Amino acid sequence: MPFNIELPHVGESVTEAVIGKWLKSPGDKIEKYDPLVEVITDKVNMDVPSPASGTLTKIIAEEGDTVQMGAVIAEMDATDAVNNSAPPTDQVPDISSTGSPSASRIGTMVQGANVGPTGGEFTDTSLNAADTAVPAASGTTGSTPGKKRGFSPVVTRLATQHGIDLNTLVGTGLGGRVTKNDVLNAVESGGSGAESASSTPSGVAAEDQVIDPSPIRKMIANHMVKSMSEIPHAWSAIEVDVTGMVEWRTSNRDRFQSEHGVRLTYLPIALSVVADALKDNPRLNSSWLDGKIVLKSAINVGVAVAAEAGLVVPVVHDASGTSIVDLAGTLDGVVSRARSGSMTLDDVQGGTFTLNNTGALGSIWGGAIINHPQAAILTTEAIVKRPVVISKDGVDAVEIRSMMNICLSFDHRIVDGAEASAFLQSVKTGLEAISLTTDLK
Amino acid sequence: MPEQTVIEAVRDTMFAEMRRDDSVIVLGEDVGNRGGVFLATDGLIDEFGEDRVIDTPLAESSICGVALGAAVNGMRPIAEIQFADFVWPAINQLVGEASKVRYGTNGVKTAPMTVRVPYGGGVRGGLYHSQSIEVLFAHTPGLSVVAPATPYDAKGLLASAIRSDDPVIVLEHKRTYRLVKGDVPAEDYTIPIGKAEIKRPGTDLTIFTYGLMLHYSLQAADMAAANGIDVEVLDLRTLRPIDEDAIAESASRTGKALIVQEDTPAVSISSEVAAIIGERCFFDLDGPITRLGPPEIPPMPFSPIQEAAFMPSPEKILAAITRLAEI
Repeated sequence: MPFNIELPHVGESVTEAVIGKWLKSPGDKIEKYDPLVEVITDKVNMDVPSPASGTLTKIIAEEGDTVQMGAVIAEMDATDAVNNSAPPTDQVPDISSTGSPSASRIGTMVQGANVGPTGGEFTDTSLNAADTAVPAASGTTGSTPGKKRGFSPVVTRLATQHGIDLNTLVGTGLGGRVTKNDVLNAVESGGSGAESASSTPSGVAAEDQVIDPSPIRKMIANHMVKSMSEIPHAWSAIEVDVTGMVEWRTSNRDRFQSEHGVRLTYLPIALSVVADALKDNPRLNSSWLDGKIVLKSAINVGVAVAAEAGLVVPVVHDASGTSIVDLAGTLDGVVSRARSGSMTLDDVQGGTFTLNNTGALGSIWGGAIINHPQAAILTTEAIVKRPVVISKDGVDAVEIRSMMNICLSFDHRIVDGAEASAFLQSVKTGLEAISLTTDLK
Repeated sequence: MPEQTVIEAVRDTMFAEMRRDDSVIVLGEDVGNRGGVFLATDGLIDEFGEDRVIDTPLAESSICGVALGAAVNGMRPIAEIQFADFVWPAINQLVGEASKVRYGTNGVKTAPMTVRVPYGGGVRGGLYHSQSIEVLFAHTPGLSVVAPATPYDAKGLLASAIRSDDPVIVLEHKRTYRLVKGDVPAEDYTIPIGKAEIKRPGTDLTIFTYGLMLHYSLQAADMAAANGIDVEVLDLRTLRPIDEDAIAESASRTGKALIVQEDTPAVSISSEVAAIIGERCFFDLDGPITRLGPPEIPPMPFSPIQEAAFMPSPEKILAAITRLAEI
C-alpha cells in the first residue's frame, strides 16, 4: 500500500529541519528502520529511519530543502504499514501542525459501555428511582402530590434485592424520606413493607398455609406489578394456519436432528419469523423511557422459559437474519442453561421483545404481561387441528387444518391497534408462507 | 505502657532510629544546639554529634536538596522543615526531583529520605505559621505523605518513613504536639504507610479525617452519641497512597460519609475521598457525600475570633453530623 514518509519530530523545541543527503533512491527496497535520509536541525543531525518496510517510490523533499516537522518528505510502497494516518508510535504528534484535530485524536465515546463503580456492568437505577419517585396511581402513598420522592442509591438497591415496594414504606428521614434503615427494618419484618409488621398477613385462617415467596418469586412479582401498573396494556390476537409449517417440520425433523444435533421445534421457526416481522415493524421493538419512545436498533428476542425456580426469560441476541439452524442451536443453549439455572449475565440482558410459547402448555389463548420496559409480548398458542372453511376458486370447502392463535399484548402508549395488527399480519404471513417446498436454512 | 505526647513520641523515635541505623542523620534549621523550635530534636546532637545532627542555613531548598543528595548516596536523612508554611522553596527538590528518583533511574537509585513538616493551625500562628500544605505533595506520584495524629501513630509512621526506601513527607500537626497524649509502647514497631484506621466504630455515618481534626471529630462523635447518633471515625493516617479499601469499606457499611479537614476543601484530600466513595460506594450511599472545612480564603486569620471562625471545631462537626444523620 502507498505510504507517506513524514519528517519525524526530534525534540520539543525543533520545528523544522534541512534535508541532507538521501541514502536511498526511488526503487530501492527498504527495511523498516533502515536509514533513509540525513536531516540537519539546529539541535541535532540525524538519519531518519524508514517507518515501514517496502519500496521507496518517490522523494518529495530534496537535499537542501527546509521542511516542517511532520511534513511528507517521501512516498513508499509499504508491505507492513497498517495505517498511514496514525503516526508511528515512537514520535510525538504535534498538535499545532494541523488545523483541527482528527476525530481519532479527540476520541469517540463508546455507546452502551456502562462501567459500574466496581468495574462491572451497572444497572442504571436512576431510571428506576425516577419511576418509583412518582406516586402510584392508587394514591395511597401519603406523599405530597406533585412532590417527587427521592430514593438514595442504597435504598433503591436494597428494595430491589429484597423485593420491597418502596411506595408502601413510611419514611423516617427528613421530609418523610425512606432511609436505608427503613428498608432494612422492612426486610426484617417480612419484606413486603412497613404495614406488614407481623409476619402473618391479615385475613389468614388458621388452617391456611402461608408461603414465604422465594427471592426469584418476589422479583417476578415486583416485575409484574411494575409492568401492569406502568404500562397501559392492550391486547390483540389472530389465528394462523400453520399446516404448512407443521408439514415442513415433520418432514425435516429427523434430517435436522442428524445433521445439526439439535431437535427441531417450532420455536426457532417462530422466532425467525417474529424477528423479521419486528424488523418491518420497529415500533414493536421499542421502549417507553422517560417520556420518549426509544426504537431499539438490535432485535434481541427474549424467550420465556418455565424453569424450576420460576419464569425466566433468556435472550436470543440479534435474532433477525439468523438462520433457523443457528437459532435452534442458540435456543437449545440458552434454554438448557435457563432450566439448569446456569445462565450468564449476557443470557438475560438486552431483550427488546419477548416471545412466549404458551402453546407448549396446551394454552389456546392468553393475555400476557409485557416484559417491562419492552413494548410488546407475543404468545404462540397450541397448534390444534380444526375443520376450517377454505375458499378455492370461489368454492367453499371444509378442510382439516392445523391452526394456531398468536396473541399480542402491547404498550398502548407506543403502539395503536393498527400497528399491532400490522405486526400480527406480518407474523401470520411469515408463518403461513412456510410449506413443504420452502427451503428454510 | 508509657504515656507520651506526640512531640515526645517523635523525638524518641528519632533517637531509636539513629541508634538502630548509622545512616540516619538529621538536618534542619536549629535542629542541633537549639534542639528544634518544638524541641523535637532536643538532645540528639549530644548523643550523635554534629556530623549526624546538622544545623543548616535558613534555606529549605538547600535542606531538602542536601537531604536528597545524601539519600541518593546511601544515607537516610531526616530533613526538618521548621514550619510547613516555609516549605515552598523546597518544592523543586521534593516534587520536582525526589519524587522522580526511582522512576527516573528505572529503579537504579532511590531516595530514602524523610521530611518532617510541622503544619496546621489553631495555634494563633496567623498566615505564616498555620498552613496545611498536604495537597501539593499528596498529588505527586512518587511521594508518600503521612499525617499521624496520635503519639502511637507518630512513632509507627515516622519509623516506617525513615525505613522507607522512597521519600516520605511526615506531617506533624503542631497543635497535637503537646495537646495529645497517649500510650506508646517502648518496643520497636512500625505502622505500614497506606493504612487507615477506624478510631471509633459506628453504624450511622462515617467521618473521614486526619490530623488535629481526628481529635475534634472524636469529640463531636461523643457528643453525637448522647443524641443517639452512632458515628464511626476513620483516621486516614496516610494521605498518599490513600487507603481506598478502608474508605470504601466504611462508607459502604454506614452509607453516609462526612469528610472533615482543616485544609480548605477545594481540590483537596476531601475531594479525593469523596471521589473514591462516589466511584466505589454509589449503590451503598444513603445520603450526600458531605464535606466540612474552612472557608476558601488564604489560611489563616490571626485574630483569635476569626481563627476560631475559620477552623472546624467539635461543635461545627457535631452540627454537620446531625444534619447528615437526619437526612
